[in-house]
Amino acid sequence: MTTTRTRLGGTHLLDIESLSPEEIALILETADAMKEIGTRPIKKVPALRGTTVVNLFFEPSTRTRTSFEIAEKRLSADTLSIAAATSSVAKGETLVDTARNLEAMAPDVIVIRHPSSGACHLLAQVCQAHVINAGDGMHEHPTQALLDAYTIREHKGGLAGLKVAIIGDLLHSRVLRSNLALLTTLGAEVWVAGPATLIPRGLDRYGARSTTSVDEAVEGADVVMLLRIQLERMRGLFIPSLREYFELFGMTRERLALAQPEALVMHPGPLNRGVEIASDVADGPQSVILEQVTNGVAVRMAVLYLLAGGVGAD
Amino acid sequence: MPVIMDAARISRTLTRIAHEIVERNRGVDDLAFVGIRTRGVPIAQRLSALLRDITAHAVPTGSLDITMYRDDLMRNTVGPQPLVRRTEIDFSIDGRRILLADDVLFTGRTIRAALDALIDFGRPRSIQLVVLVDRGHRELPIKADYVGKNVPTSLQHVVQVHLQEVDGVDEVRLEENGARP
Repeated sequence: MTTTRTRLGGTHLLDIESLSPEEIALILETADAMKEIGTRPIKKVPALRGTTVVNLFFEPSTRTRTSFEIAEKRLSADTLSIAAATSSVAKGETLVDTARNLEAMAPDVIVIRHPSSGACHLLAQVCQAHVINAGDGMHEHPTQALLDAYTIREHKGGLAGLKVAIIGDLLHSRVLRSNLALLTTLGAEVWVAGPATLIPRGLDRYGARSTTSVDEAVEGADVVMLLRIQLERMRGLFIPSLREYFELFGMTRERLALAQPEALVMHPGPLNRGVEIASDVADGPQSVILEQVTNGVAVRMAVLYLLAGGVGAD
Repeated sequence: MPVIMDAARISRTLTRIAHEIVERNRGVDDLAFVGIRTRGVPIAQRLSALLRDITAHAVPTGSLDITMYRDDLMRNTVGPQPLVRRTEIDFSIDGRRILLADDVLFTGRTIRAALDALIDFGRPRSIQLVVLVDRGHRELPIKADYVGKNVPTSLQHVVQVHLQEVDGVDEVRLEENGARP
């Protein structure tokens, strides 16, 4: 047997759709090795020593930004984080100009979160650095989907044949788009449910089944994933009230009982308790919401390492 | 490509090394094996089993992946990427005498990386190095404490260790004119 060696084909991670099943497997397998590093007394390896990573965040984020920063530091990269509010963006600089100026200082990796779909693709065209999409508008959030898949795989052994129900604000969710691409590639049967006003068209392209009945989606599910109601992206009246949403679509213990007894409850965060998820479900025994956060660091370490490090010969 | 060690020879060699370890450490108290992935791991496991047969004491055994500690990780911009695998050391190395095991000792750079990796897990009382083959050409001041076989080589030679657990067969081959990868 020869040692398996492989690497990511592309120089960026912009979306899940561009990844092959082999590349997905490589990321998840590498994340397994990275997770162990987080359990050591000294949680740091020198793999990305001398590598500069810029975290460019044009949208508020606690979890994703912290997760990337911890991942970068555990790999010994030099990191700096720029929040749009405190940068020249506030003075009217365009994304491309910001990127060109950063580029002039030769970073190796740029992690970007931006409210416009496709912003990371634009950045990738003008930059030499590896670009990692940390969420672009309503398009994709690939590392979130990868950590979700990693978490499911850890509990269920694999994804093939599992029924995954995704419930919530489907229209505005980049997490949904990345997860649809990833989960269906890995062989899961995906059901999505939400109010008719929040179900985008074209979901059948991914082979997902959509319904306005939460009960139908949750029935017999192995994984129940809740998505946040994104009021900040809603320009118009999509739901009458948050209270009504909870009544009809919120995940309660009663609704969860329709799923498999060992079904996992997941949420990408931040949680709106009492809107898309009841508190006792979020904190219940089936919830793996905090494990998702832990695994996020390992998955982001894997992505950073596979893109920016690890080009040594044996 | 001559076979320089066959299965019987490898087995006798490991048995001899196991006895040397017991002799030099005056027993197996505080000893633990750490094998360097890939082929150091089965060597560590076999030595651990031999020590248990000799002394009736179990010696903890772990495995170490050194990929992320390599000094050439960021230097070569072309070439294959080694898969990072899990390090599994489920015992504390603090205060223990660690026996670090690998298949071939060559430039010493792998061992340097392994020492760095190991120190991140704690402060062992000592680290001793066990290798199945020492082929010379050190680039760092590192030497092995237990050597299965010293094999004089030129830089053009390739030493290939095959072990049952990984390759399905036990043998060590010395190949001519293999370009260094």
